[in-house]
Amino acid sequence: MSAGLSAAASVRRVISRAPLFLRYLFIIALALGIFALILVAAGKDPFKAYADTFAYTFGNVYGFSELIVRMIPLLLTAVAVAFPARIGMINVGGEGQLYMGAWLASGGALALSGFPAWALLPLMTLLGFIGGAVWAAIPGILRAKKVVNETIATLLLNYVAPMIISYFVFGPWRGVESSSYPQSPAFSDGARLPSFFNTRIHVGLLFALVSLLAYWAIVEKTRWGVQMRAIGGNPEAAERLGIPLVLYMVIVMAIGGGVAGLAGMGEVSAIQGRLRQGLSPGYGFTGFLIAWLAGGNPLGILLMTFLFAVITSVGDILQITQGLPYSVVNILMAVILFVVLGRRSVRRASR
Amino acid sequence: MIWIESLLPMSTETGTLLIEARGIVKRYATVLANDHVDFALRGGEVHALLGENGAGKSTLSRILYGFTQPDAGEILVAGRLAPLRSPHDARALGIGMVFQNFTLIPALSVLENIALFLTNLPPVVRRGDISRRIRRLAGRFGLSVEPSALVRQLSVGDQQKVEILKLLLADARVLILDEPTKVLAPHEVEELFGVFRTLKNEGYAILFITHKLREVLASADRITVMRQGRIAGTRARGEADESALVSLMFGGQADQIPGSGSADTTGGARAAAHTGAALLELRGAGTRAAGSETALRDIDLAVHEGEIVGVAGVSGNGQKELGDLILGLRSARRGSKILHGEDASRWSIGRVRKSGVAFVPEDPLSMAAVPGMSVRENLALGTGRRYARGVTVDWRLLESTMVGSFRRFGFPVPALHAPIRSLSGGNLQRAVIAREMAHDPRLIIALYPTRGLDVMSAVAVRRLLGAVRDSGTGVLLISEDLEELFEMSDRLLVMYGGAIAGEFARGKWSADVVGHLMTGSGRPDGKAEA
Repeated sequence: MSAGLSAAASVRRVISRAPLFLRYLFIIALALGIFALILVAAGKDPFKAYADTFAYTFGNVYGFSELIVRMIPLLLTAVAVAFPARIGMINVGGEGQLYMGAWLASGGALALSGFPAWALLPLMTLLGFIGGAVWAAIPGILRAKKVVNETIATLLLNYVAPMIISYFVFGPWRGVESSSYPQSPAFSDGARLPSFFNTRIHVGLLFALVSLLAYWAIVEKTRWGVQMRAIGGNPEAAERLGIPLVLYMVIVMAIGGGVAGLAGMGEVSAIQGRLRQGLSPGYGFTGFLIAWLAGGNPLGILLMTFLFAVITSVGDILQITQGLPYSVVNILMAVILFVVLGRRSVRRASR
Repeated sequence: MIWIESLLPMSTETGTLLIEARGIVKRYATVLANDHVDFALRGGEVHALLGENGAGKSTLSRILYGFTQPDAGEILVAGRLAPLRSPHDARALGIGMVFQNFTLIPALSVLENIALFLTNLPPVVRRGDISRRIRRLAGRFGLSVEPSALVRQLSVGDQQKVEILKLLLADARVLILDEPTKVLAPHEVEELFGVFRTLKNEGYAILFITHKLREVLASADRITVMRQGRIAGTRARGEADESALVSLMFGGQADQIPGSGSADTTGGARAAAHTGAALLELRGAGTRAAGSETALRDIDLAVHEGEIVGVAGVSGNGQKELGDLILGLRSARRGSKILHGEDASRWSIGRVRKSGVAFVPEDPLSMAAVPGMSVRENLALGTGRRYARGVTVDWRLLESTMVGSFRRFGFPVPALHAPIRSLSGGNLQRAVIAREMAHDPRLIIALYPTRGLDVMSAVAVRRLLGAVRDSGTGVLLISEDLEELFEMSDRLLVMYGGAIAGEFARGKWSADVVGHLMTGSGRPDGKAEA
């Protein structure tokens, strides 16, 4: 019995010591295995389903480029969650912050449509950041003043932001040339973020990668990062040591929200070319899941984002090729969640 | 009657080997907490585990209770190999432990707390039966508590009795107690040792951790001394005396106390008090209280350059709130706070600290350290912008300054990259003190700075405070240890119920008067004026 136990323990040790990448691979393999059983139960061929998914995502350049396009807002909203998480703040409001970034950036694009790209795009980027930052700073201030918990405030503000968008696209900003749809007029060329290589991959990818890198560098390398980790690790000690908790809560939340706002700016400027309702299929929520599953690890965020980009594509693909509803994606996400949580609790129990 | 019989599966013959540990090794990061420890515990003995802070006593006891898993070595219980994977395994084998922080539920009664711990609790609890069992055992071992009383109404001493009863009712034969006397008043300690005697006469084995020599010599049949993770020696009662134990604990270097300068820089208060300008003044300060806090009432207090102002009092009488008020964590509702001659009532904590106020809080792990971060990062916290280099930290300058500070006080320098939670309680306290003292503070607020430290470290800290006082720093020393306060203070305040109950100049106090004021029974005429 003890031999069996020690064998299990050594397997566990090998897994826990394996490089990050292998561990994620293990999670994915296990999750796909379980999901395959579900597909079989639904009377579908899992091998065919996975082969199709592979063919449509990795099999051709277009499919792969669409994965990258999808990764941009996911990466940004994941960073928007991971950054405040380092001081122990739970930002569930990435979705709303994304919308507000999109809104303010659109406002700039519409008001200054005559401006050239070199002036307008940086301005829109700044506006996108500010939109998300202000939207996140509100819960930050409320939390710092001990009025409302930031988890609740950010969550609720997610429902307010799309309504603000709706008001503007139904009202003041409604386009004339397409007035039958609730959407703004198309942006001028100067307000469109450039794309690369004839794909839809746009400059937002740089925003995302720079944000991720900055997140890592600030937390791990700067003196503010030391203070942030102190607040996250033991807020009472941090406060007693003279670290300005209130300031950090507001500023870090605002920066997180600003990064989510960049995601919104990228969507309206590069992908949609105008402001419309429902511009995000829940990127903010998926970003939360990514940041959380990756445990705030920057490389983990990158890998998880890629994984979730694939998963959300699975829904589209299986809908077309296998006639499955899009919501099978939710099953797959749930399976992954289970695998990750299961591994964590096993690890904790084995201590 | 059935109950009594089920409690006696043990042989009453004394001297049987109940627990034997062989070659126990436990490593935390770079610290070898237990280094090939061999240890034996017999039935019918009171066994004391003695050692400095960080000697590995707590680790060993937690391993024997299955709470911590050793990296190597084996444990035999009653002669048979017993892998103790969890406290559950240990309890099934009749091993019970009383932790320093009790594990009782305050809102429940004594009976309910004990019933919760029983392994064979039937679906329908028969209170009468359990109550009878409690009373019977309580009578037999001198552990009298009222089964229907709520635990939160009990004194600490009585709560400890409940913890012991809990183990006895759950058929424990081996009782491990982690510093059981730390929280007790002197007469309660006597009582506890009486309980130990009756238990051992009935064949129970008792292992208790302590670093108080006098208690060990008064109560233990055998004494095992640990030093730096190893067993330094085991002595039977007859073969041990204080000096022998001290030399085992400190490796024969007891007379060489680190941090001591010349002979005249002892910790004691200076003979002639000539003090300088006021560093800190509280004028009629009062605070509001919420929950279990104590409201401060009309506090007048001053600390001058070059003096140690002691604050005596039973903890919970506003000492924590006083410290927080000075630090700036809470604000005064009435009155004012003046630091270095400026009104500091509205200063942020960062500004207070920057002005040269160092703070040693009562619980360093929760109040002055971030457990998940490295020692080095923890040393950087609270230093403001002193080590800022562009966007990053000048780690080299920080390290050299901090190592210098450790050395100055004769503290061992810990591994700077290890997580600070791997340090023992005493080493953590040293790290906090080294950090706070690194920049020559003008005013030191120290709450219970020697609590939990072993004798040598406590002496080193007291000398340190004495030495900085002599060089012109002001010290506010909040402590529960009257001997320490009497030795150190140039002036002594007594706190009771959130107010200053008395103030004494050096030489004007007596233990009797201070003791009465501390307990709220001070006669008004006993209040001596400075």
